[in-house]
Amino acid sequence: MRYTAEVVISLKPVVNDPQGLTVRAGLHQLGFAEVSEVRVGKHISMEVDGDSESSVRRRVADMCEKLLRNPVIEDYRIELRPSVDLSPTPTAPPA
Amino acid sequence: MRFGIAVFPGTWSDGDCARAVEVLGHQSVRLWHRDGDLQGSDCVILPGGFAYGDHLRTGAVARFAPLMDSVQEFAAAGGLVLGICNGFQILCEAHLLPGALTRNASLEFRCETTWLRVETVDTPFTRDCERDGVLAIPVSHGEGRFVADPSTLDRLEAEHRVAFRYVARDGSAVGEASPNGSMRDIAGIVSEGRNVLGMMPHPERAAEPLLGSDDGMHIFRSVVEAVAKRTAFTVAP
Repeated sequence: MRYTAEVVISLKPVVNDPQGLTVRAGLHQLGFAEVSEVRVGKHISMEVDGDSESSVRRRVADMCEKLLRNPVIEDYRIELRPSVDLSPTPTAPPA
Repeated sequence: MRFGIAVFPGTWSDGDCARAVEVLGHQSVRLWHRDGDLQGSDCVILPGGFAYGDHLRTGAVARFAPLMDSVQEFAAAGGLVLGICNGFQILCEAHLLPGALTRNASLEFRCETTWLRVETVDTPFTRDCERDGVLAIPVSHGEGRFVADPSTLDRLEAEHRVAFRYVARDGSAVGEASPNGSMRDIAGIVSEGRNVLGMMPHPERAAEPLLGSDDGMHIFRSVVEAVAKRTAFTVAP
């Protein structure tokens, strides 16, 4: 079975995020005064094959620990859903 | 002696490092990232650049290069490893040094002369320096803000493993003038065994008076002395 895994990498709360501060200042300048906290992170989307959601989740967590995030500064969150095949449906050849 | 200079796809300072070694009258050899052979190097330099395009994070992919397995073994056996700029980032990702290097607080790529106070001369990389002396060595990076948790920082300080700190020209605390906003103005640190140094500034770009400063040569000269005297550490075969 194929799953779509969405991994969101964010800076740990204790790590200062100058990008987030700059984005917040920009939003305030545009009049979005209601914004109090902005953190900028990364989004990684993957198609992953596996037997079950739990086994795929374990594998993706392993990928996060080994490569996708730096444990010194980053946290991660994994979202999984069954993959949807978006390739075009083959049409019958013209007779 | 022989300096091995690592070359990853995207490394750009290997030529300058080779030149610095040559100025001192020593030999250098390029170490290709796909090879595990350190070719009898007495010291391995991981130079600056953008190894593997710095994709994902700086140094994150370079860490898995076959060459890095040999560098890990070399360092574990006490061999001298000098990581400059991108090399420092790779050493942190490879867990040869603690902490991480993140986007400069200014969000700018900074390319300018910085002044570094030598915080310890008790390393193979700074033995030729004066304690509290100030070196003029340029930086050239967008992600050099050193961060680590407070206990790691305290430990680095307690063990005298902060090699260099950004300071003002006269040696006083730099405050807001730090080029990248590093915690405690840290510019370079050594490993627990003191045989691995990571630093963001480029000593190879301060290698001859013609370049505006030859202060960087203290670091290369220190390595040469340390290897010659084989003191306080064991060089890997």
